[in-house]
Amino acid sequence: MGIVPEMANAYVDLSAWNNLMLIGALYGVPKKQRTERADNLLKKFELQERRNHVVKGFSKGMKQKLLLCMALISEPQILFLDEPTSGLDVESQRLIKDTIRAYNANGTTVFLTTHNMEEANQLCDRIAIINHGKIADIDSPERLRLRSSGLQSIEVSFDKPVNTEELLSIKGVEKAAKMGDKLKLYVDKTSPVIDALVDYSRSNGLNIVTINTLAPSLEDVFLKLVKES
Amino acid sequence: MENNLWEKFKQSLAIVEKNIRIYYSKGPVIIFGLLMPFFLFLAFYIGRNTPIEELIPGLLGMTAFFTATSVGPAIVPWEARAKTLERLISSPVSLRTIFMGDVLSSFVFGVLVSALAVAASLLFGVGIINPLLLCFGLVLSTFCFASFSILLSAYPPTDNPATIMMLSSMIKFPLIFISGVFIPIEELPVWGRAISSISPLTYFMDLARYSIQGTSYYPIAVDILALIVFTVAFLFVAIKIHEHTILKRL
Repeated sequence: MGIVPEMANAYVDLSAWNNLMLIGALYGVPKKQRTERADNLLKKFELQERRNHVVKGFSKGMKQKLLLCMALISEPQILFLDEPTSGLDVESQRLIKDTIRAYNANGTTVFLTTHNMEEANQLCDRIAIINHGKIADIDSPERLRLRSSGLQSIEVSFDKPVNTEELLSIKGVEKAAKMGDKLKLYVDKTSPVIDALVDYSRSNGLNIVTINTLAPSLEDVFLKLVKES
Repeated sequence: MENNLWEKFKQSLAIVEKNIRIYYSKGPVIIFGLLMPFFLFLAFYIGRNTPIEELIPGLLGMTAFFTATSVGPAIVPWEARAKTLERLISSPVSLRTIFMGDVLSSFVFGVLVSALAVAASLLFGVGIINPLLLCFGLVLSTFCFASFSILLSAYPPTDNPATIMMLSSMIKFPLIFISGVFIPIEELPVWGRAISSISPLTYFMDLARYSIQGTSYYPIAVDILALIVFTVAFLFVAIKIHEHTILKRL
């Protein structure tokens, strides 16, 4: 079992290499194998040049990569990851996500704890939504979305600013929220509201720049489940 | 079974290597393990006309005791603070294996520095009547003191190394004064001798005096047996307390 905790807990007074050798030894990996694996992992995560540097001087991204190397040195069958990409740059996030996918494809079971719904959506086959320490729901991402059919939404943007309150008066709109230069409207049924929006724009001298219908996001599902529970 | 024990020993050695790399150079270890016994010895030695043969057992006793008890107490609170304790106990390594690694790293530090003290004594021209017994006693008592060191860190379950180092000093200093380091046991009053018998350092001092000066207060077998009993008791009690308190440190 490999673990990547949320809080970096590599030994900061040891080098990256010595951290890997220690964890390999504690997991009973024979010396030759752990040397080979440590070499490969450090190359893969672009830490090879810093292998003999103490971890104290590493950036957050480097520490996170090292933690993943430490979790992988024993080639675990089960991998626990707690917020593995939190606070990392886009490139490091992608590298870590690709690695998780590759290990999962090779048969490693991955448990991922995250507050990032998009990350869960991209990486997980099954998602458990936990509220106050209890599982509120568990299923595949798409099934969770389908189960929340009442949470369809329309994302619309106009060429001029619009009062959100006015849109709430359109029949079928349950909630309206401003998202950057767009407005997100939560609706029961999409097509009558789209018609109403077109009428609204004509009667107010507005042009619709973009309009999209959206299935409920995992974030919506999460919020709904949390409210219900 | 044998294979399993060997695996555990190898895991303990990995912990020893880690401890050596990290903790031997930490400030509290240097201060309490090296500087303190050295200056205590100087304070005791300078200005006195005592023959060096009478002083060397005291130097060896303080060196072995302070060095072997300087690394152990620092490790657990330090690791708790750095959150690396969480990593250690989530790895497939038993608490006993982890603490055996801590004891061994304290032991190695104690033996190495004590060996230097013995070498310095020989340079000063001190004659050792029974060098084998002195070496055996030094190894046994250093292991005993190293076991004592993990007991010192067992309670309170704090993540502040300074708290443990301070509490350790409050226990270690009185032991120095009641163990025949500065005054031979036979010169202590009856109540002093009774108190000194509860200190493991007393038995090493007795062994060291016998090895260097040829006289001892207790029979040598009693000294050896007492050190073995203290070692087993320290290990047993320390591990029991750590097993109960370890989760409070996370």
